[in-house]
Parts: sequence; structure tokens; C-alpha cells
Amino acid sequence: MARPAASTQGALPESVMGAILRDAALCALVALGLCLPLIAYRMDPGPGSDLVLVPRWGLVAILCAITFGVRLGQRLLLLRRDARRALTPAPAQATEAVGGEPDAGQKVSKIGLKLFVAVALSLPVLATLATGDLGSARYWIDLGILILTYVMLGWGLNIVVGLAGLLDLGYVAFYAVGAYSYALLSTTFGLSFWVCLPLAGLFAGLWGMLLGFPVLRLRGDYLAIVTLAFGEIIRLVLINWTDVTGGAAGVSSIPRATFFGIPFTADEDGFAARFGLEFDSMHRVVFLYYLILVLALITNLVTLRLRRLPIGRAWEALREDEIACRSLGIDTTATKLTAFALGAAFGGIAGSFFAVRQGFISPESFTFLESAIILAIVVLGGMGSQFGVAIAAVAMVAGPEMLRNLGGLKAVFGEGFDPNEYRLLLFGLAMVAMMVWRPRGLISVRMPSVTLGERKAISGAHVSEGHG
Amino acid sequence: MAAPVLTVDHLTMRFGGLTAIADLSFEARRGDITALIGPNGAGKTTVFNCITGFYKPTEGMLTLTHEDGSEHLLERLPNHQVNRTARVARTFQNIRLFPGMTVLENLLVAQHKTLMRASGYTVLGLLGFKGFRDAQAAAVEKAKGWLTRIDLLARADEPAGSLPYGAQRRLEIARAMCTDPVLLCLDEPAAGLNPRESLELNALLRHIRDHEGTSVLLIEHDMSVVMEISDHIVVLDYGKKIADGTPEEIRTNPSVIAAYLGVEDEEVEAVEAEVGLSLPHEGHPA
Ligand SMILES: Nc1ncnc2c1ncn2[C@@H]1O[C@H](COP(=O)(O)OP(=O)(O)OP(=O)(O)O)[C@@H](O)[C@H]1O
Ligand SMILES: [Mg+2]
Repeated sequence: MARPAASTQGALPESVMGAILRDAALCALVALGLCLPLIAYRMDPGPGSDLVLVPRWGLVAILCAITFGVRLGQRLLLLRRDARRALTPAPAQATEAVGGEPDAGQKVSKIGLKLFVAVALSLPVLATLATGDLGSARYWIDLGILILTYVMLGWGLNIVVGLAGLLDLGYVAFYAVGAYSYALLSTTFGLSFWVCLPLAGLFAGLWGMLLGFPVLRLRGDYLAIVTLAFGEIIRLVLINWTDVTGGAAGVSSIPRATFFGIPFTADEDGFAARFGLEFDSMHRVVFLYYLILVLALITNLVTLRLRRLPIGRAWEALREDEIACRSLGIDTTATKLTAFALGAAFGGIAGSFFAVRQGFISPESFTFLESAIILAIVVLGGMGSQFGVAIAAVAMVAGPEMLRNLGGLKAVFGEGFDPNEYRLLLFGLAMVAMMVWRPRGLISVRMPSVTLGERKAISGAHVSEGHG
Repeated sequence: MAAPVLTVDHLTMRFGGLTAIADLSFEARRGDITALIGPNGAGKTTVFNCITGFYKPTEGMLTLTHEDGSEHLLERLPNHQVNRTARVARTFQNIRLFPGMTVLENLLVAQHKTLMRASGYTVLGLLGFKGFRDAQAAAVEKAKGWLTRIDLLARADEPAGSLPYGAQRRLEIARAMCTDPVLLCLDEPAAGLNPRESLELNALLRHIRDHEGTSVLLIEHDMSVVMEISDHIVVLDYGKKIADGTPEEIRTNPSVIAAYLGVEDEEVEAVEAEVGLSLPHEGHPA
């Protein structure tokens, strides 16, 4: 839709105002059309066994009026913004300043990751201080564990999507492979968690390779669809292969994590007794918290290191231009496979952590929605940016959690209002808002892997996002 | 006469019903700059794509001979092996840099094979072995050498996508050279360059031929470049070779002039006189 440029600051020209009004009216008309089948009539059980139609034209009128008003306001705001933009050149039009000041995003991403790690390290202490005692800090530490699991998954998927530019919609499959690896190995063979952890990574990585061989010839949308299907296939196998996986009932009584062999129990062999502490069930929770923190940090460290090695550079080159890569003698299939397998391996390790923490897993936990959330974390964070992904994970996981605490809104919207039900709606809104304001994610700059002079970020405008 | 570095034997490439190259044979000699010219759509880029493994030829044989006498049948090699083992590098008609990576990173990606080996296929590199760090330092030195030559050292840390067009062309050539090729295939390197940049390009290509031990195969429409620096010219029209010889021979070859100007053109004779200076420019398709 071409927006007429407003030349005058104050009064709008007649024609522009007319166009805007017409546009708003059109929107209201569309809203009316949508409301007709959806809202205009409600079916209520009548006096007998029959149903009666209750017309709700008042509600429809209100909704249409709201649509009209919002659209009008939006157009007017945009008009004013465009007028302002016309006076000052857009940053994209100006040529990039060579020695320019680092922008906010760049400054943040420099110290951001360190800050994030510092906060994560001290969270159990902070939570204990804030809530009074360790027991009541449990909610916050549990939330921290959940967030860090997604941070790790986000960082794992970031290797595949952010660095190598391969759109993977079935990442949760590897999470599931890791979780079931630990669950089955420990319940049937009695292997300990510390043996299973690397094994889970290995299995998931192998599955990544197995899937990768046929699939990585595909590009873009095709790759996305096949990985999506793969994710679903794994879930269906888990549901239907009842003899091994326990089917929809899942695997329960998975052995708990031990402190490198010492169980967190109250008897004298337990962790508390061995270390001369008073038994507290919170020890295990805090241990799990630091375990996932360490696992996530390892993922991050490996990724950061790999970025500076030839393989990492080849991944990024692949994202930028696959054909050029091949002309330079890079085996693109092998390079994609390594990215895919490594991302899968980290997903698998996160999965086995999930299993040990829950003590119970079922295919329910590995639906497409999980894949979508992890992918959203990577995309929202800014593809390739480690700190951006961490922040996005916090927002995506803690945000909906915070909704639970908004019980006060019941006073406004009535007793039946449950903010948690609006989770997906808010999720969608946040996505749309991000696509409008920061289409390249929160942190959209890229740090070069090697420099001659000072390390300076590269604006996202130059960086490709990969074609699969 | 020097031995051929590339021998093209009865090369035919068909796309469905369209024969883009029909039974083409020619040789590029070691230490020469061989130019491949022809009107738009003659099939020049298709020849490159066959040589560099992007297309599998319908028929024919492409042989690359190294200095030690080893022969590589290019049409049988997987795409990336053409660069890796046969050591043929190329540039693209529409520049294909890694725009979001820095100029320096672009040149390091080109040294992937060497660096990958030095990093012990990532394992040793991940552990921070000294051997890898040395290899990386050497790779950076080599990149710096090329950046000095193409006059981009000062912009080494800027994204390749932010460079002006001419600099991007030069960088793409340097990147191809960083793979240590035996044969360098350049697809219209002078397209979009101003006259001064064209002259610099000539000097760069001469340096590559004379001092790097790399033979050059060149597609070019800009006759000032072609006539100036090529040792040998092959002319294509509608996928067929219509002439093959030194710049002098090509300049005066009537079928070349006809192909470029169209036989029915009445002004052929008038233009023919000028041809010694420059053939008409055919434009630069993307
Ligand atoms: N992948 C393809 N599929 C179908 N036809 C193709 C393909 N590649 C090239 N062609 C056809 O082959 C013919 C030769 O094209 P080519 O690109 O080799 O010409 P060119 O000599 O490089 O021309 P230009 O000077 O315009 O770059 C054209 O008719 C083109 O349409
Ligand atoms: Mg061409």
C-alpha cells in the first residue's frame, strides 16, 4: 500500500485524510465479514433439548468500531513517522560509517554474554536471599533450570540455523532421542547418568547424520518440510513402538541424577551425610541447576571456538553462498552434516538432562510446538548471536511463566479470565512485532571471526540468513 | 610451444532441446592467458560451468594436466573436487562473495583445505594446538599479501558486501587465487569496471600469469582487455567454435567480425576498419 508522503506537518491534505478514512472503513468491513460467522450468533442450549441462536450484534459493532479506530490511529501514526523520516535520511540510506561509534546492539552484545553468565551463576544465591530460604527459592531455581534448558537448546540449534543457515523445523526430534536414550539405557541396562550423557549426545548426533545424508541435498523450504516431518516421525515412533518406548504412557521412574555417583538421599551414603550437611531436597535441585548451566556453557564455548576454526568459517560461508563454497573446494555436504550432527548432539545432551530432571518422559513433551519455540528463540535472538539467543530464551520461557502471576487481571476481565490461556496469542503478537521492528532479531550484528585490527561488528544488513 | 594445461575435447552440453555447446574442442596452454569470447548467449559461461563441475557435460572430455604430468578428468570429479584436487578456481559473472563476512575472512575461507588439515579436522584446533595457530597465522599472512596486491589491505576488516563493485571483483579474484589454482577461470572480470580499474585488472592478470604460475582462462566482452593481455583467443558463437588463434588473427578474422556484428549489417565494412581498436561492446548481462 503506497503511503502518500505528507508534505505539511500540521494539517493533512483532504485527499490523504479521505484515503485513510476509506482504508480504515475497509478494515472495519473486513472485520465485519469475519465477525458474521464467528461472533454474530452464539448458540445456547434452549429450554428443551434444542439450541437457540442468540444474536450479539452489539459486540460485533464494538469490534468493528475498535478495528476502525486502531487502523485509523495506525495510519495516522505512520503518516507522521514518514513525514519525520523524509526530513532525516534513513540510516540505511547513509553509507556505513567506517570508524563510526559502535551502536547499542554492538555494545550490549560485547558485555551481554558475560553479564548473562554472571547472573545465571548467582541466581540460586540471589533467589535464596530474595525469598528468605532455599526452600522457597525453589520456584525461581526451577524456572532457571527450565530457561537454561531452552538456552542450551537455542544455542545448539543456533549452530544449525544461525551459523550454517539450515532451516531445521524438527530439532525436537534430537531432544527426544537424547531423552529416550538416557531413559531406556538407565532403566533397562542400569547405566549411570554420567555414562549416558555423552552417549545420548552421540546417539542424537548419529541420528542427525543419518537424517542429514538424504536430506541435506534439499534446500530452503524443502529442507524445512523434511525436517518437520522427521520430527513428527520420531514422535510417532515413540508413541507406537510400545514394546521399547512404553508408547504414549512414556518411561517412568527414570533414575535421578547423582553427585558424580553419590545419590541425593537422606541416608548415610547420601550427598548430605557425606559432606556433613543437613539433608535438604533442594541440594538436588541446585545441583541440577548448575549442571544445566555448565552444559549450556559448554555448548556456548564450543560454538564460540568453532566459529574461529575453519569449520565454523565454512558454516558461515555456506550460509552466505553455497555455490561459492563449492567453487572454493569446500565439501558442502560434509560441512552441512557436521553442523547438523553437532547441533543434534547438543540437543541430545539437553534431552538426557530433561529426562534425568523430570524422572518421567513421554512423547507429549516432544511435539512440534517445542521445535517451534526453540526455532523462535533462535530467530528472535538474532541468528548467530549467542547473547541474543540467551535473552530470547529468557523472554520466551519466563514470559509465559510470568503470565501465571497476573491473577490480578481477573479483577479487570472477570473471574473466568485465565491469562495463561493467552500465551500463544501473546507469542504470536511478539513474533509479529519483532518481524516489524527488528526483522533480524534482537542482536543482528555479526562479529568477525578474525581481524587484522580492532574487532568490529558487521551490520546485519550485509549478513545473509541462509537458504537452507 | 608449451603443453596444454586444459584440453577440451568434443564438449557438448544440452539443456533439454537446447544445445548450448556443440562439439567444442580447444586447448589452453600452460602459462598463457586464454580468452574465450563470443556474443551474448554463445555458451561461454556454460563452458566454465562444465569445466568447474557445476554442470555435467552431455558429452566430451575435459582434461586438466598438472605440471608433474598428472591428469585429472574434470567431468568425472564431484563439484568441489574440481577445486580441491584438480586445482581449478573460478570467479562468477555475477559476483559471489560472502557479503556478510569480512574481506579477510573471505580469503581465509578460500584456504579451507589447508587450514582444515592443520586443525586436524577441527579436533586439534578445538584444543588450541600450536600447529594450527601457526597455520592460521600463515594463512592470514598469505591473505595480507593478496590484499596488498589488490589494494584492499586497509579494508580487510570490513564486510565484503560493503565494498565498491570494482573492489569486489578484485577480491573475488584474490579469493580464487588463495586456493592455489593451476588454472584460474575468470567470468567477465572487467564487467562494470571503469577504465582505470580495467588497467589495474590487466596488470593483476599479468602478474598472476607471470609470477604465480597459474594459467588463466578468461571470458570477457571488453575487447580492450582481451586484445591487450590474451596470448590466445577462442571465439564461440551459438555454442560452436568459429575461430581460434592469436589476437592478431582474431582481429582480422571475417567470421568473428560477422558473428559480432551480424552479416547483414551494412556498416560492417566501416566498422571493420575500427575493429583494430575495439569491437563493439556487448553489454553486461547479470
Ligand atoms: N541451466 C541452464 N538451463 C537451461 N539453459 C541454460 C542453462 N544455462 C545456460 N543455458 C542456456 O545456454 C545458452 C548459453 O548461455 P551462457 O550463459 O553460457 O552464455 P554466455 O556466453 O555466458 O552469455 P553472456 O555473454 O550473456 O554471459 C543460453 O541460451 C542459455 O539460455
Ligand atoms: Mg556468461
